[in-house]
Amino acid sequence: MIRKILAALVALAAFAATSALAQATDISFWHSMTGINGDKLNDLAKRFNASQNRYKVVPVYKGGYADSMTAAIAAYRAGNAPAILQVFEVGTATMAAAKGAIVPVYKLMKDADEPFDPKAYLPAVSGYYSDPKGNMLSFPFNSSTVVFFINEDAFRKAGLDPSKAPKTWEEFIADADKLKAAGQDCVYTTSWLAWTHIENFSAWHNVPIATEENGMAGLGTRLEINSPLHVRQISMLADLAKKGEFTYVGKGSQGDGTFASGKCAMATLSIGASGLVAQQAKFKWSVHFLPYWADVKGAPQNSIIGGASLWVMGGKTPNVYKGVAEFFHFLSNPEVQMDWHTATGYLPITKAAYEMTKKSGFYEQHPGYEVAIKQLTYKPPTANSKGLRFGNYVQGRDIIEDEIEAALSGKMTAKAALDDAVTRVDELLRRFQAANK
Amino acid sequence: MALARTGMVENRPVGDFVAHLILIAGVVVVVFPLWVTFVASTLTFDQIVNVPMPLIPGTHGWQNYHHALVAGSERGSSAPVDRMLWNSLVVAVSVAAGKIAISIISAFAIVYFRFRLREFFFWTIFVTLMLPVEVRIIPTFKVIADLRLLDSYPGLILPLFASATATFLFRQFFMTIPDELVEAARIDGAGPMRFFWDVIVPLSKTHMAALFVILFIYGWNQYLWPLLVTTSESMYTVVIGIKRMIAGGDAATEWNIVMSTAMLALLPPALVVLFMQRWFVKGLIESEK
Amino acid sequence: MEKRVVFKSAWLPYALLAPQLAITVIFFFWPALQAVYYSFQVQDPFGLATHFVWFQNFTDLFHDPHYLASFRVTAVFSLLVAALGISISLLLATMADHVVRGALFYKTLLIWPYAVAPAIAGVLWAFLFAPTIGLVSYYLRRVGIDWNWRVNENQAMLMVVLAAAWKQISYNFLFFLAGLQSIPKSLVEAAAIDGAGPVRRFWTIVFPLLSPTTFFLLVVNIVYAFFDTFGVIDATTEGGPVESTQILVYKVYFDGVRAADIGGSSAQSVVLMFIVIALTVVQFRYIERRVQY
Repeated sequence: MIRKILAALVALAAFAATSALAQATDISFWHSMTGINGDKLNDLAKRFNASQNRYKVVPVYKGGYADSMTAAIAAYRAGNAPAILQVFEVGTATMAAAKGAIVPVYKLMKDADEPFDPKAYLPAVSGYYSDPKGNMLSFPFNSSTVVFFINEDAFRKAGLDPSKAPKTWEEFIADADKLKAAGQDCVYTTSWLAWTHIENFSAWHNVPIATEENGMAGLGTRLEINSPLHVRQISMLADLAKKGEFTYVGKGSQGDGTFASGKCAMATLSIGASGLVAQQAKFKWSVHFLPYWADVKGAPQNSIIGGASLWVMGGKTPNVYKGVAEFFHFLSNPEVQMDWHTATGYLPITKAAYEMTKKSGFYEQHPGYEVAIKQLTYKPPTANSKGLRFGNYVQGRDIIEDEIEAALSGKMTAKAALDDAVTRVDELLRRFQAANK
Repeated sequence: MALARTGMVENRPVGDFVAHLILIAGVVVVVFPLWVTFVASTLTFDQIVNVPMPLIPGTHGWQNYHHALVAGSERGSSAPVDRMLWNSLVVAVSVAAGKIAISIISAFAIVYFRFRLREFFFWTIFVTLMLPVEVRIIPTFKVIADLRLLDSYPGLILPLFASATATFLFRQFFMTIPDELVEAARIDGAGPMRFFWDVIVPLSKTHMAALFVILFIYGWNQYLWPLLVTTSESMYTVVIGIKRMIAGGDAATEWNIVMSTAMLALLPPALVVLFMQRWFVKGLIESEK
Repeated sequence: MEKRVVFKSAWLPYALLAPQLAITVIFFFWPALQAVYYSFQVQDPFGLATHFVWFQNFTDLFHDPHYLASFRVTAVFSLLVAALGISISLLLATMADHVVRGALFYKTLLIWPYAVAPAIAGVLWAFLFAPTIGLVSYYLRRVGIDWNWRVNENQAMLMVVLAAAWKQISYNFLFFLAGLQSIPKSLVEAAAIDGAGPVRRFWTIVFPLLSPTTFFLLVVNIVYAFFDTFGVIDATTEGGPVESTQILVYKVYFDGVRAADIGGSSAQSVVLMFIVIALTVVQFRYIERRVQY
């Protein structure tokens, strides 16, 4: 009797095991991509799912970056987080400090026996998301960088040669004066004030944003954005604003639309804005390297990225992690990379993908993207130009921008504003440090 | 001779004219944003972005509404609006019906029974007036998350169910019901629940109608709570869906679709107010007494 | 106030009250207690590491100039919304009470904004005042006003005040109209016979008799401006620029949800709770008196 029961149980177990194997494992992937980007992401997931039958990546749009991160944290606390979460770059510190809640990518790939070579990635990209030892914590996915757009028609109208776009801030100021004198209403505008004029500015000039390798080497990091060079930059912006040569149009990406409408002669925007500009601009435009201060030794260095990366959440089965590893391997494929890059305007993140795209002639029609990549890889990153990692940086970046705005409107001197920013953001950094002891 | 209006004590046509003028100005100020929204919902994106936009309706209305209902916006969130309208409807009707049902039986219990802890329960309900959702955002969210009710209809509806104001309204009303009715019922041998269904409910019909209007609008217009509790596009209500359509910059938002969605979002409650105006006005004034 | 005749039952009243009490406990009291509990802690967003810090969150709050600024912003915002909403609706109600023809027409057109969600009111007004494409912005630029609320704090405040007050006009209007119509005509007629003109009659008789309604609406409008206008702010300025429109309730949301600062946000919630309690006490002490009439 017992033997019969045992036999039945074994058969049942075997049946259950095989049917579990026969079903594809779901891998939930929460993201914030909309429009064309969202469509392309769904397309990539479909391709991966069609290429094998063990795993099924299920992309779910969960709102903007801030909303989806909040939702994922709540889901994790309730025990049903997604397997993969797309997190914007300012959330990196929060994710990196959440040991136990996340699985670092290098560990994931190793445990799953997936081939993975961090050196295949553009150093500026992998550096942002790695620990000080060079181990990648999250998987770079959609990265952009700041570039310098000029309205060639406006330049010509002022008697300037658009092929000789200003390379240094000194030249920039001179050109701005000439444009204003020629009657240009909006001479210069920008999107993403802090990302451009503090974060990228520091990297491009190879000066630190903060101690401890901009926060990557430790939670005790302190901001250093009130150095004389930074004060010089913000003072210049305030000066331009007073002369009517810098038209600030608000936080975020407001500058994109303003430049695309043809109002402004020059703008520093994300390379991701070129899609909108290409669509709406009724004038000739071109993309160039960010200007730099000629007297700073070491400038220009390289710019840093913005955008988001993919994090792997903890608490899942090894089978799920194997699936995630395979999906990441798929995403690293140069051909998949090229597809994503050319469709969305985000930059290719591996050297192979860049080479492949170059060979396809894509950059002849879209020279702006190559400028962005060349700027990103101008020199191998130093400790100052790999990126940054600050806790509570969603608030932190806002605070920095608030202070700069106060300097722009003349309410405070640049030095006072930056000093204030350092004090306030350092407070947030200390709180983050205390909460993650 | 009692004159109907305070102002008509003297017959002053100038005063009358001035009054009409002020009222018309008031109506213009109040209706202008609606008019602009309506016009924008009938234009193409280019027509709107090309300032100043025209003030007479365009011809693109049908496409915009259709696009919004079926496909949502292209930039920012792309949840289709028809689903969002359905979610709003479910929430609004459930919240209104649920609140009325729960409050009327609570009020009935408090007024028509003597029992231990009655005062205590009354004050417990009263205290909820001092705890609007904005004051307990994070923990309420956590409770819903722990109950696995995120992104679900119960999660959207349940926390909005308890209402002190509806309970008080019914309580005040029950206080005015003559005791003779209760005595008559008891003489007839009817128990409390018979009394409830045969006497209380029919008498409360107008209050329930007025409350339904107010609570429907309350449920439809909920913003902060759905914002927290829904992360799946398929569970958005239309009021928060609009916010999520407003992508990045002014130039990037598809204003013609956003405005069509705005029209769709405010039409149902506006129609409810317009058609049930009398009950609504009565209920509003009553509920605050 | 008690009923003379009641029912007796050992279990029925409890059963009838159970649903409301259950919801009240699960979704009101339990979270409120948790808010108090969290306000004494500092946690990381994932809840992996929590530290008890007693009152430090509160001391940090009250030393934080930006939190204190939020108080000022909220006070300015609610007073402006109440003042604008009440004065305009009082004017309109007085005129509506005056006319005979078209009263229903005006009333219908003036009360429909009650149906509009504050968030949508915000979107409508933000559309009119959008710096680049807004209709009103265009005409403002034509007369030389450089309108950009994303950069100018006062303009941002003006815009949200307009949106919030616009929405409340209908609510206030209804109450004023009801109040006006309950004023005994004999009083007004007597004054007219004594030779008082309409303006004089208004200020010396009508307005004082309306004061209960006015006071009631003042409290209601302030509570509205404190809490219900979250949607207006979130759908338009999101507290900016430079936190100039960051009312208290918005800061609670932003710090707790966006910035994942659970401890700080919970401490702010506790402070808000005290404010609500104070406002509710004022409102109910007042209403109790009305009920006695």
